[in-house]
Amino acid sequence: MNQENSNQGQIDVDIKVEDTDSAAARDEPAPEEVSTFRLVATLAIAGALAGLLIVMVNLHTKPIIDKWKAEQLQLAVYEVLPGVEGYDTFYLVNDQLSAVLPSGAKESEYKRVYVGRDENGETTGVAISRGESGFQDVIMVIFGHDPATGKVSGMKILDSKETPGLGDKIFKDMDFVDQFFAGPDTPLLGVKAGAGKGQPNEIDMITGATISSKAVIQIINNALAEWKPVLDRGIPQTPADKAPVEEAE
Amino acid sequence: MRTTTPTHDFVRGIWKENPVLIQMLGLCPALAVTNSVANALAMSAATFFVMCCSSVLISTCKRFIPHEVRISSYILVIATFVTLADMLLQAYAPVQHKELGAFIALIVVNCMILGRQESFSSKNNPFRSLLDAVGTGIGFTIALVMMGGFREIFGTGSFLGVSLFGPNFEPWVIMVLPAGGFLTLGFILLAMGYVEQRKKLKVEQTDHVAEVSS
Repeated sequence: MNQENSNQGQIDVDIKVEDTDSAAARDEPAPEEVSTFRLVATLAIAGALAGLLIVMVNLHTKPIIDKWKAEQLQLAVYEVLPGVEGYDTFYLVNDQLSAVLPSGAKESEYKRVYVGRDENGETTGVAISRGESGFQDVIMVIFGHDPATGKVSGMKILDSKETPGLGDKIFKDMDFVDQFFAGPDTPLLGVKAGAGKGQPNEIDMITGATISSKAVIQIINNALAEWKPVLDRGIPQTPADKAPVEEAE
Repeated sequence: MRTTTPTHDFVRGIWKENPVLIQMLGLCPALAVTNSVANALAMSAATFFVMCCSSVLISTCKRFIPHEVRISSYILVIATFVTLADMLLQAYAPVQHKELGAFIALIVVNCMILGRQESFSSKNNPFRSLLDAVGTGIGFTIALVMMGGFREIFGTGSFLGVSLFGPNFEPWVIMVLPAGGFLTLGFILLAMGYVEQRKKLKVEQTDHVAEVSS
């Protein structure tokens, strides 16, 4: 009974296919009952091969991708902090800025800021990266901030999956991007394009991409709100000044 | 009777059985990413790669794939190629990957690719499957670029990023929004249907005239 049913199904499928021509049909083995084991085995082998292939390619490409991302981040820091000669990375350890991580800590688990220095080693600004939900997925933003004046000195989108042609204007529309390099006051205020009152903290949002542009503005405001208390306590001069912070009990 | 020749395999997918405009397959990317010509081209190129690789591999391995699990196997093959393409592009062409990033994952669910595997590659040899994949890929590209062209010209007033009408053109924003995709597809299909109908009518009329005069 069972066999009959499945054979019936087999025939139905074959009839529906129109492309079959006699030559190909003759080549094909007559449809026969295939054991469940064979089905499972085929899928398992195919899946294992596919997995193996992906893992191998991933092992090969991941270092290249990571290296590229690190380079991009470095370039982005220089881009959003105009006029810096170099920068130091400080991690937030026990609510304190520290250049060194507690021993045994994973680097990726710590929040960080990039402190830009001019040629005399003076602090000129900090770059902060932060990701939050945009329209499609998380938007990763890095922006420069001058703690002395409270202004934003630049903004770059590190990663976004915003709608091509609309949301991606947050990094393709230079009129929008340039506003962040013009040194707006914080907290930023998003306004409808052309409807601003000339306030120094206004950012014209993009028509048709309001959610994405709002997200960028919100990310910067949130990041500043979070980091301001830390930055207000002062930024260490050079990484050498700070001894490793002991992990709190 | 075998009626198809290799040339026919190749040409068929380009216009007569165009995957998007005639078979109505792969509409998801056709609607989603055609708001500019550049996006349409990028999506077509990625789909083209995945389609050719999967077609050749599946027609080579068709004997080992039991009929009952063929669809799962095809999806597995397609998804693997998409993942590989994604990783390799990110490693070796990071700039292009940044442009394409959001579309690449979409290729897995393009039923046009699965459709070609099911109705062609699983029954024909690798060479003809490749021809078929290339033809269908070109057809897909034509359809996408057509839609992308319309939508970019009306929606942003440019073609491939080159401004066409000068700064005074007020773009029809709706054309780059999702609604514009449906409108464009609808109008293209309308035009094609109209032409097709006219052709049929003409053939009928000449037949009729021939009948009457004989």
